[in-house]
Amino acid sequence: MKHTIAVIVENKSGVLTRIAGLFSRRSFNIESLSVGATDNPDYARMTITVEGDRDVLEQVIKQLSKLINVIRVSALEPAESVERELALIKVSADRESRSEIMQIVKIFRAKIIDVSARSMIIEVTGDEEKVDAFVQLLRQFGIKELARTGKVSMTRGARTIKA
Amino acid sequence: MSQGITRESSGKGQGSGPKITGAQAVLESLKREGVDVVFGLPGGVLLPLYDAIYQSDLRHILVRHEQGAAHMADGYARATGKVGVCIATSGPGATNLVTGIANAYMDSVPMVAITGQVNTWLIGKDAFQEADITGITLPITKHNYLLRSAKDITRVFREAFYIARTGRPGPVLIDLPRDVTVDEVEFTWPELDLPGYHPSFKAHEMQIKKAAKALMEAERPVIYVGGGVRYASAHKELYDLATKINAPVTTTLMGIGCFPEDHPLSLGMLGMHGTKYANYAIQESDLILAIGARFDDRVTGKISSFAPRAKMVHIDVDPAEVGKNVRVDIPVVGDAKNALQGLLKEVMPKASGAWNEKIEAWKKDHPLGYIPDLNLIKPQYVIEKLCQLAPDAIITTEVGQNQMWAAQFFVHKDPQKFISSGGLGTMGYGFPAAIGAKMGRPECDVIDIAGDGSFLMNSQELATAVVNDIPVKVAVLNNGCLGMVRQWQELFFEKRYSATILGRTSPDFVKLAEAYGAVGLRATKPSEVEGVIQTALSTDRPVVMDFIVNPAEKVSPMVPAGATLSEILELQWCEEADISHLAKIYADARKEILGQEGI
Ligand SMILES: Cc1ncc(C[n+]2csc(CCOP(=O)(O)OP(=O)(O)O)c2C)c(N)n1
Ligand SMILES: [Mg+2]
Repeated sequence: MKHTIAVIVENKSGVLTRIAGLFSRRSFNIESLSVGATDNPDYARMTITVEGDRDVLEQVIKQLSKLINVIRVSALEPAESVERELALIKVSADRESRSEIMQIVKIFRAKIIDVSARSMIIEVTGDEEKVDAFVQLLRQFGIKELARTGKVSMTRGARTIKA
Repeated sequence: MSQGITRESSGKGQGSGPKITGAQAVLESLKREGVDVVFGLPGGVLLPLYDAIYQSDLRHILVRHEQGAAHMADGYARATGKVGVCIATSGPGATNLVTGIANAYMDSVPMVAITGQVNTWLIGKDAFQEADITGITLPITKHNYLLRSAKDITRVFREAFYIARTGRPGPVLIDLPRDVTVDEVEFTWPELDLPGYHPSFKAHEMQIKKAAKALMEAERPVIYVGGGVRYASAHKELYDLATKINAPVTTTLMGIGCFPEDHPLSLGMLGMHGTKYANYAIQESDLILAIGARFDDRVTGKISSFAPRAKMVHIDVDPAEVGKNVRVDIPVVGDAKNALQGLLKEVMPKASGAWNEKIEAWKKDHPLGYIPDLNLIKPQYVIEKLCQLAPDAIITTEVGQNQMWAAQFFVHKDPQKFISSGGLGTMGYGFPAAIGAKMGRPECDVIDIAGDGSFLMNSQELATAVVNDIPVKVAVLNNGCLGMVRQWQELFFEKRYSATILGRTSPDFVKLAEAYGAVGLRATKPSEVEGVIQTALSTDRPVVMDFIVNPAEKVSPMVPAGATLSEILELQWCEEADISHLAKIYADARKEILGQEGI
C-alpha cells in the first residue's frame, strides 16, 4: 500500500541526508520525495510517498519524529487531501503527429512549452494517475526525455500541517 | 534543499563582553555541563583545543587508541549516569571512534564525542586527514553537528549534552573544524531552543490504568526489564511494584542489576543464554510487562512464538520501540520511573500464588550450573569466586562466553555495576569501559571479566591505566579460543574450528601486563584461583589475572538461533574427548605458529 506523508523539517544543510539515510537504513521504500520551502524560510516541507503496510507507516512516522531536525510528521489520508505532481515530457513530433499530440494536450489541459522541428516539450500537472495516463498516451509518438517532480500534497479544508 | 539557514545563537541583549577563542568556548561549555574528565588523543587540527585544555583544570586522560577513549567515556557514563566525553582528531582519529560510538548508540549510552575537523574552507576538498565523520556517524548517533562558526559553539554544546542525556539517551557527535576553535567569540550561554525535540514523556494516565488493570487480572505475569529502567533510575520503583504484586522479574543483559538477583522473585536473565526458568516463565505467561526493553532477537528467540499466550504491555520512552518487533496490547509511552510510579499507585497488593510456586519448582529443577572440576579451572568457578570476594565490585565484560558467564554466575544487585556491550557486542569494550568506570567511581573495585581474544583488542590501554594510576583489574578467562564462536562450531558445524583456535599462542598475559608496568598474575589450577583474586584485589595498581581455564566449556543453557525460547538446550556437560581434541589442536596451532611443541 502507498502512503503519503508530509514532513516539516528545519531548513538546514544535511537534513535531507538524515531523512534519506533513515529510509535506507531501516529498509523503508521511498516511492517519491519532494522538498521545497514553506511560508517560513526556517522550515522546509517534504512530501514522501512510502510503500508498505500500516505497521511500516507507523514505524516511518515514529522514526522520522525521532530526528532532531524534524518538526512535524503527518500522514495524509488520500480521501482528505489533494495531491499534484508535474512532469516535463520531451516527445518526438513531426508535421504529421503534431496536431494529434496537440489534441491530447488539450484534453489533458497540459501545456506545450517548447517546440522544435522534430520534438516538443509538454508540461502536465495532476495527480499521479493523470500524469501516468498522459505519459502512456504520448508513448506512441516516442518519448525522448521525461522529468517528474514527485508529488506534493495538502489536506483539504481548514486543517493545516505547519511547524 | 537550500543551504543551511542556521538560526542565530540567541545571545540577544548581550553587550560586547570580552572575547575568547572557540577552543576556550568549548572548555567553558564543558565546564558548564559539569564535565570533570574527558578521554582523548590529540592531532594536528586539535592543537588549539589541546592548548586550551593544557591551560585549563579539566582532567584529560590520554588514551592509546581512540576506540579506547570512546569506550572509556561509555563506561564512565554507565557507571555514573552522567554524560561521558571523548575527543579524537580529524580523519583516522575520528574513524577510530566509530565502533565506540556505534556501541553507545546500540546501548543508549549518554555520550558526547568531539572530533577535530579540517579548516572549514578545506572541507569537501579531500584535505589531509579529512573524513566526513558526520556523514559516517549519521546512522549511529542520536544527533550530530558540524560546527561552521565559533558563535555556534556554546549553543551546539548545550544542545548536544541535553540531547545525549534526555529521553532515550545516546551519543551525540560534534565535529569541530580547526579554524572554528581559533576564531574569537563573545561568550554567551543561549537557552535551549529545539523545536523538533520533545524528550520527556509523561506516561498517559489512561494507559497506566489499563496496564494496572491487566496486571491485576493476570494469573501468570512476568516483568521483563531492559536498560531503560537503569537509565531512568527506576530500579527502586521496579522493586516496589514487583514485590507489591509478587510478580517475577527477568532482565535482559542491559537490565541486569535492576532487580536484585538474590531475591526470590528474580528469574535472572532471559533469552539465548538466559535461565531456563526465565524462558519457561515467559512462554507460559499470560501477561508480559516489558519496561525499557526492545524485544531484541537474542531475547525473544523465534519472534512469532515468543510468549504466545501473553497480553503485552510495553512501557518505553521511545515511541518507535513500541510495536517495532512485537504487537503490543497496551502501549505506555513514557519514562520508566514515571510510569512505574503511576502503576504502583494503581495496583493492589497481591499474594504469591500458584504461579510463584510453579516458578519456584522450575528454579529448583533447572538451576544454572556447571560441572565442577578439580584439575582444570572452570571459568564459571572463577566468576563465582570473584563474586564471593568482591560482591560489590563494578563488573565490566568483554564479549563472548566470558560475558555470558559474567552475566550468569555473578550475583548482580546494582544496575550501575554491570557494564557490558549488549547491542553491538563489541569485543575489546570491557577493559577501556572498566577504566572509564573506575574514573567515575574511584571508590569501587572495577573488574573486567575478559576473554583471551577480546582483551587483546584494546590491551594497549594498559598504558593508560598504568600512567594515570587507574587500578582496574582484568580477569582473563583464557580458554585459548574465540570461545563463543568455537561453541557454535562445535554445536552446529560439526567441530570444524575454522579460525577460532588461538591455542596458547596469545601473548603471555602476565608478561604483557608487566611490560606495561602493571601486575600480572596467573592461576592454572582451581586451588590457585582464590589466591590470585585476593592478591589482585589487595593490589592498588592495574592487575591482569590470567586464568587458564577448561577450553571445552560451553555457555549453558542455550536457545539455538531462531528457535523458540522453550527449546532451550542444556550444555553443561563437556566430553573428555572434546577437551583432549582441543588440547591437541591447540598444540598443533602452537607448533605451526611458534614452531614449538606442547601447550
Ligand atoms: C569486534 C568483534 N569482532 C568479532 C566478534 C565476533 N565474536 C563474538 S564472541 C567472539 C569470541 C570472543 O573470544 P574471547 O574474547 O576469547 O571470548 P570467549 O568467548 O572465549 O570467552 C567473537 C570473535 C565480535 N563480537 N566483536
Ligand atoms: Mg577466549
